[in-house]
Amino acid sequence: MLLLQEAAHGAAAAAGEGAGFHPVLPWLIVALPLLGFVLNGLLSVMAARRALPKLPPVGDPYYDHAQDDHGHAVGHAPALAPAHAAVGAGEPSEQEALDHGTDAHPVDAAAARHEAHVHDRDVHVTGANAVHAHDVHDAHAHDAAHDHGHDDHAPAGPKPFTHTLPSLIAPGVLIASFVLAVLNFLAMKSAGEGARLAIVEGWSWIPVGSLQVDAALQLDPLSIVMTLIITGVGSLIHIFSIGYMKEDPGYPRYMAYLNLFVFFMLILVLGSSYPMMFVGWEGVGLCSYLLIGFWFREKANADAGKKAFIVNRIGDFGFLVAMMLLFWNVGTLDFAGVNEALTGGGSSLVFAGPVITAIALFFFLGAAGKSAQIPLYIWLPDAMAGPTPVSALIHAATMVTAGVYLVVRSSVIYTMAPAASLVVALVGALTAIFAASIGLKQWDIKKVLAYSTVSQLGFMFAAVGMGAYAAGVFHLMTHAFFKACLFLGSGAVIHAMHHALHTAHNPADAQDMRNMGGLRKYLPITFITMGVSTLAIAGVPPFAGFFSKDEIIGAAWLGAQGTSHLSEASLFGIHGSTWMAAIGVILSIAAFMTAFYMGRMMLYTFFGDNRTGERERGHLHEGGWTLTLPLIVLGLLAVFGGFLNVEEHVPIVQLFNFGQGEALHHWLHPVLAGSDDVVAQNVGRLEEPHHALWPIALAIAIGLGGLALAVAMLGKRRLGTADAQPAYDGGVEKALYNKWYVDEFYDRTVVKPVGGLSRLFARFDMGVLDWVVDLFGRLAQMFGLAFGRLQTGQVNTYAFVLIVGVLIVLGSFVAL
Amino acid sequence: MNEIPLSYSLGLSAILFGIGVAGVIVRRNAIVLFMCVELMLNAVNLAFVALSPYAGVEGQVFVFFVIAVAAAEAAVGLAIMIAVFRHRESVDMKNFSLLRW
Repeated sequence: MLLLQEAAHGAAAAAGEGAGFHPVLPWLIVALPLLGFVLNGLLSVMAARRALPKLPPVGDPYYDHAQDDHGHAVGHAPALAPAHAAVGAGEPSEQEALDHGTDAHPVDAAAARHEAHVHDRDVHVTGANAVHAHDVHDAHAHDAAHDHGHDDHAPAGPKPFTHTLPSLIAPGVLIASFVLAVLNFLAMKSAGEGARLAIVEGWSWIPVGSLQVDAALQLDPLSIVMTLIITGVGSLIHIFSIGYMKEDPGYPRYMAYLNLFVFFMLILVLGSSYPMMFVGWEGVGLCSYLLIGFWFREKANADAGKKAFIVNRIGDFGFLVAMMLLFWNVGTLDFAGVNEALTGGGSSLVFAGPVITAIALFFFLGAAGKSAQIPLYIWLPDAMAGPTPVSALIHAATMVTAGVYLVVRSSVIYTMAPAASLVVALVGALTAIFAASIGLKQWDIKKVLAYSTVSQLGFMFAAVGMGAYAAGVFHLMTHAFFKACLFLGSGAVIHAMHHALHTAHNPADAQDMRNMGGLRKYLPITFITMGVSTLAIAGVPPFAGFFSKDEIIGAAWLGAQGTSHLSEASLFGIHGSTWMAAIGVILSIAAFMTAFYMGRMMLYTFFGDNRTGERERGHLHEGGWTLTLPLIVLGLLAVFGGFLNVEEHVPIVQLFNFGQGEALHHWLHPVLAGSDDVVAQNVGRLEEPHHALWPIALAIAIGLGGLALAVAMLGKRRLGTADAQPAYDGGVEKALYNKWYVDEFYDRTVVKPVGGLSRLFARFDMGVLDWVVDLFGRLAQMFGLAFGRLQTGQVNTYAFVLIVGVLIVLGSFVAL
Repeated sequence: MNEIPLSYSLGLSAILFGIGVAGVIVRRNAIVLFMCVELMLNAVNLAFVALSPYAGVEGQVFVFFVIAVAAAEAAVGLAIMIAVFRHRESVDMKNFSLLRW
């Protein structure tokens, strides 16, 4: 019924009848990915049922480490291959991936186990200095072995429908969702600027006294931009996932999780209130956990998932506290209601007051958890344990930007709390430079990109902290394009590397850049798309990242001139414009590092001599169209995405300006108008900023300079493979390679003390509390033993006691 | 026509009830125990009937219910006794302490 009404609305909007904006089937945008999750989930359950062994395996199949390794082990013992294939019977299932080989052929399995252990020991010896990094390498190498085992050795029989249908369902629902999002965007665009808001009521969700929360969707310029990014980039990554994951035994489960993630992400950005957003917030956290630990049989992967989940709990605590403070002081949790109360003076909160600052800071704690900012960024690099398309979708393009979205959505709150805004900007800038410095010395291609993501998220937070909300969203969008492209490209590289190494029975790490080199000849499409994305992230004009990053750094320079509402604010007694100048310098250095480490990554991966080895080289080739098409589309977006928001006032930049300048800025204006009102009421009229040309020149110089320095320093360097080339030369390099020892620091200052405290509590619990509880048990037992003697089991005795009792009762009645 | 005084009827009822109680407490034979229980039930019946001219006829309705329940109880009880006897070769209550612990 609801849908029908919505359809009627949609038809009306399409016919251009209403003057306002009628959303087109808004609930369906959200419901389609959920439908995909349900269908793929059912397929996953069916696949798991089909895979149940005829006889239950003896012992615990999940326990034995060696069984997980047999993919590699088979590689070392080719004689196993036919038998392996016979047992596999062409049905890729998770259970069989565990069972075959070891169950059917004890002798061969013993050999396999031996091989696997040798391999393990190698990895741990080299990983002695950097347990984390190597654990994750190790993990991926093993996991990917599952699928390639089937790829190479299993007979190419027809796949069961449980492994073919998800390829249609999962991207299908996403594309349908994307089409709906586009229709809504067009409907919104055709409406006037004042009419670009639609709140789609669902039902009353939490009606508790004065707390009235509706399940409702809010379609406005900001949420539709996010929805387009999520469904658009999401569709491409789903298509990529077909090529990347279709041989995995857990393929339907993977697609189900991915669909569920998109569902929660859409709830997060489309919800009309903070509680709705929180539902999505927690949901994407769950899906992130499930997908990081997708190959959960490796302990390292499961640990990475747990780490992400637990670190995010700290942030979620902040989100909850902020939400409660907001409700206590404003009385509503709807975005519209909060904005109205804060801009219209309908609340007790005063500009720059302690309460509003606390609310803003607690929300930022939540955002720092989800978006991997100092001090809670540590989970994101470990999250690379998941499949690479997951890294692209969740840990680069969408979920990790939720914190930026939260700040932009709460722009009125942050504008009212200048000190908190400066904290956000400062933390963002420090995260940007800190993560970029770690990215300089990582060898794992995904780790470089992971730290790059943390760093770029820092840029976004610096932007939204400085009040440049549109610039933050702009960078969020361009980053979604080029970072998704880079991650998918690294996925294509890993896919090709793994295939080549595996076919040649080489146990080397497929993710270590020291084992790559010269891949541009073998993976031309990947090279070109990753190349333009590298130029985009490095900030070379006219690629997407140049415009967005330049706008952020430009905002810092403008703020330093005293033309921002934060210029007059102060933090720790230091003037806002001084902070902004410092942030501008930090971000410029971080941008230079970005260009350098991206140049380094490209050089080591695609240029120089090929280091894979002679036999492997022949097997290096580009994947199918499902792998290359998303790369090409995202590469094009990385090239042209920047023109959406070209600055109007700088003559040299106008050369690249095809249409109306600052389109995104104007588009987002209705959402951000509230924060302008707050500034007008509390700070007064800001003087018109003076736009100079030197920041643009500096930005171009930084981008090109970083890349040039990388070429000059590393271009001629001849690397050895991971076995031959040490990870670092000592000194600063060692500290960088070990990520400034932050994990170790947290381990000593947080994890170990908490562990010690827990053990103390455990002793109290078992020694004191349990003793008291046991005492009552023992007392009851003693009483039972004592009074049990009264039981004779003789009916006569009972009758006698009964009659005595009756007589006593009757007697007492008579006596009274 | 001489009416039997109420005190006679109630006295007889009390005596019968007392005999039944004493029997349940003292006797060991399960069959006798049952008979004693029946005796108590019927003592109550007698009291009901005796009181009905004064307290109304409803008491007599109760009597029918008591008789019906007593019959059912006897049937079930005797069935239990037979089952127990097959195991123990005895109906002496001394040997039946299954209820203990």
